[in-house]
Amino acid sequence: MSKTTTAKGEPMLVAKRSLDLRDLVVKYGFIAVTVLFFVYFAATIPAFRQSSTMFSMLKFTSVVAIAGLGLTMTMVVGGLDLSVGATAGMAVTVSAMTMVIYAQQGWVAFLAVILAGALIGAFNALLIVSFKIPDLLATLATMFLIQGLKLVPVDGQSVSSGLILRDGSVAPGKFTHGFLQINRGSLGPVPYPVVIFLVLAVVTWFFLSRTKWGRVMYAIGSNPEAARLAGARVGRYRAVAYMMSGVYAAVAGLILASRIGQGDISAGNSLLLDAVAVSLVGTSVLGVNKPNAFGTALGAILIGVLLTGTTMMNFPYYWQDVVKGLVLFVALIFSFTLSRKKQRFVAAVPL
Amino acid sequence: MQTAVEMRDITMSFGANEVLKGINLELEPGKVTAILGANGAGKSTLIKVLSGVYNGYGGTVIIDGAAVDIDHPTTARAHGIEAVHQKIADGIVPGLSVAENFLFEAIVNNEVSRAASLRSLMPRAREVASVLDLDWPDDLLRSDIYGLPIADQQMLLLARALVHEPRLLILDEPTSALSETEAARLFGVIRRLRNDGVAILYISHRLGEIEDIADRLLVLRDGIFVSDQGSPFDWAQALHAMLGAAEDDPHERTGELHGTETVLSLKGVQLLPKSAPFDLDFRAGEVTGVFGLLGSGGTELAHGIFGEERFRAGEMELKGERFDPKAPADAIARDVYMVPEDRVAGTIIKDWSIAMISTFPFLKDVSRLSVMNPMAEAKVGRSVIEEFGVVAQGAADPVISLSGGNQQKVVVGRWLRKQPTVMVLNEPFQGVDVGARHDLAEKTRDVAVAGSTVIVMSTDLEEIMQVSDRVIVLADGNLRHDAYLSETSREEILERLSEVE
Repeated sequence: MSKTTTAKGEPMLVAKRSLDLRDLVVKYGFIAVTVLFFVYFAATIPAFRQSSTMFSMLKFTSVVAIAGLGLTMTMVVGGLDLSVGATAGMAVTVSAMTMVIYAQQGWVAFLAVILAGALIGAFNALLIVSFKIPDLLATLATMFLIQGLKLVPVDGQSVSSGLILRDGSVAPGKFTHGFLQINRGSLGPVPYPVVIFLVLAVVTWFFLSRTKWGRVMYAIGSNPEAARLAGARVGRYRAVAYMMSGVYAAVAGLILASRIGQGDISAGNSLLLDAVAVSLVGTSVLGVNKPNAFGTALGAILIGVLLTGTTMMNFPYYWQDVVKGLVLFVALIFSFTLSRKKQRFVAAVPL
Repeated sequence: MQTAVEMRDITMSFGANEVLKGINLELEPGKVTAILGANGAGKSTLIKVLSGVYNGYGGTVIIDGAAVDIDHPTTARAHGIEAVHQKIADGIVPGLSVAENFLFEAIVNNEVSRAASLRSLMPRAREVASVLDLDWPDDLLRSDIYGLPIADQQMLLLARALVHEPRLLILDEPTSALSETEAARLFGVIRRLRNDGVAILYISHRLGEIEDIADRLLVLRDGIFVSDQGSPFDWAQALHAMLGAAEDDPHERTGELHGTETVLSLKGVQLLPKSAPFDLDFRAGEVTGVFGLLGSGGTELAHGIFGEERFRAGEMELKGERFDPKAPADAIARDVYMVPEDRVAGTIIKDWSIAMISTFPFLKDVSRLSVMNPMAEAKVGRSVIEEFGVVAQGAADPVISLSGGNQQKVVVGRWLRKQPTVMVLNEPFQGVDVGARHDLAEKTRDVAVAGSTVIVMSTDLEEIMQVSDRVIVLADGNLRHDAYLSETSREEILERLSEVE
């Protein structure tokens, strides 16, 4: 009966050391994986090393990353906004309508899109906070609603310059130069979409982890009852999270619209799942095991690195989903299998 | 006499933390052995070792003269050891019927098909129920377990344990969720089992219960037994052994407090659907204890004052102004605070440190322009640890790593340190050991002395008498009694409680 004699001493030390290694893997494993892939691609693909590749990769990632940051905020308050993809898609159609059909300036389109994003967020908040519909179900309904509603004023067509309107006339406007600059322009060598992404990532990170509002939002996600009894206005915070998610998705949609340069009705369709994936991947970064802005940004970048690298290595396009799936698997293994957080909960409460 | 279960030199460690340091214990059939110990003494660990929840312990467990290795709950069960753990919710499966809950083990072990119709389960469920003579009607067996009163859920768990005819039954704080009548029913069952020759290990913080039911009392402190006595017990000795000091009355320091200034007035407040409205004033500078059995309206009263739920009728005045909180945030804005009855569900946030839990209701104090100041936060955490005697390594310790009593000190302390206008403590001593209870009672009285209006709700009269100056008795939502402790007596309080109107 070895068990009855060796509960103390040597075996304990061994066990302790292996647990420390595991902690290290959980904490830094994800960042290490990102760096490793980056170094590997940079070493094997000459084109990957160029800074233009770097920026185009980040630019390409920014749309998903920004939608993911908004989604992260709803995850922090214990929800999940399934309408981010549809909101971004709506943003594309609304920008096109404002500029092409109503012949308005780019900034009008910009304001209309941000306002629409905030309204969708407010609508989600109404369903969730006032009507008490579970987050997933409410935002799923919203997703369908806006996917359909955005097609009504455009008769289900993609809006581009020269579109023939219902009354037979030709649409008078076009995507303005200024609006197209959102995607094409750059600050020094850094493309605007990357600037927007990085600024929003830092702002979101600061908001969530350094302000009292972020503290309250995490409390609500973890134990809404305890938050309420400590005096938090839970409903208001959740409403704010959904409105911010709506605005972020609208910003992602603006970049997308500027990139496509027309009101493509299928734009944003694949965005939801990608945004969910990067947010989930983000929960495993640094072993924090909770949604966080830094993780979401890094998750988006890792997926961007992998997609760019594999594309440059001439993997066929259908490998992209395989790559995303694998990254998500690895991240989930970090979060659920390797993390000691749950076991610590049991072992640390001997009484 | 042959022992039912014998433990020799049992040790158990978590990392560097040695929780059990050599437990020697012989449990005899037909005897109730009670274990008393402060939070963190190792009681739960001992139970979990014996019931196979933790393996990897050191030492030997001997049953029928042979050493056995209890490495899993099923092994424990095979050796005739059954445990009913403290949290009733852990044993109950919500969403299933009462009958299915009775047969839960059989369902898990595939002895009963999960697809079996409820009707076909009924005879077997009734068989399990009959172990405790639970003569529940079929309607009840068919209904969802969620609707079953908590005391009956406890009985169900007990029946499920007893159906295996254990040689040793372990009961961990079995009355913590029960009212006095319900507890009396449980004691009847325990006495019957004792007469049937079952060895019973009884863990409780409630001294009165141990006095009532136990044949032998062991005191556990820092992972080792420090006192062992047969009935009748010398309580002063036992408490001294448990705490390392004699327990004194928290009233001693302050005397009975009589407040003069009315701070919170209830006017025509109705607590329960059929109860009578009443007026009631709470005064600053004294502790008002609200005593009543489970479901007598104490919780409704606490919730109404804190804005969690509106009263059925009536209104409140705070310092002469209308007070109508629609949410806890409204009450807190006027310095009316509450500690909820369910510590885990109502206050604990997983992964949060002592400092974070301590500062949470008042983030303004530890932030500037809404940006958190970690230094200020740690300082508040440390001051709560110091002022309230929380046993912890530091303010960064996760709050769930603390024992129940120490968690409670943190969640009570975070409000008390703000010198509340009105402090409502709903069942503040549940799952809290005697030592921590004494500390909390003293701190509670201190804020009353400093001018707060303090209201303590409890279903335990001993607790009420320990902490309060004035006692309110509630029964079925009706106000039955209102007197200072020096003007009334335990007998009178109980008499008022049992009066029929």
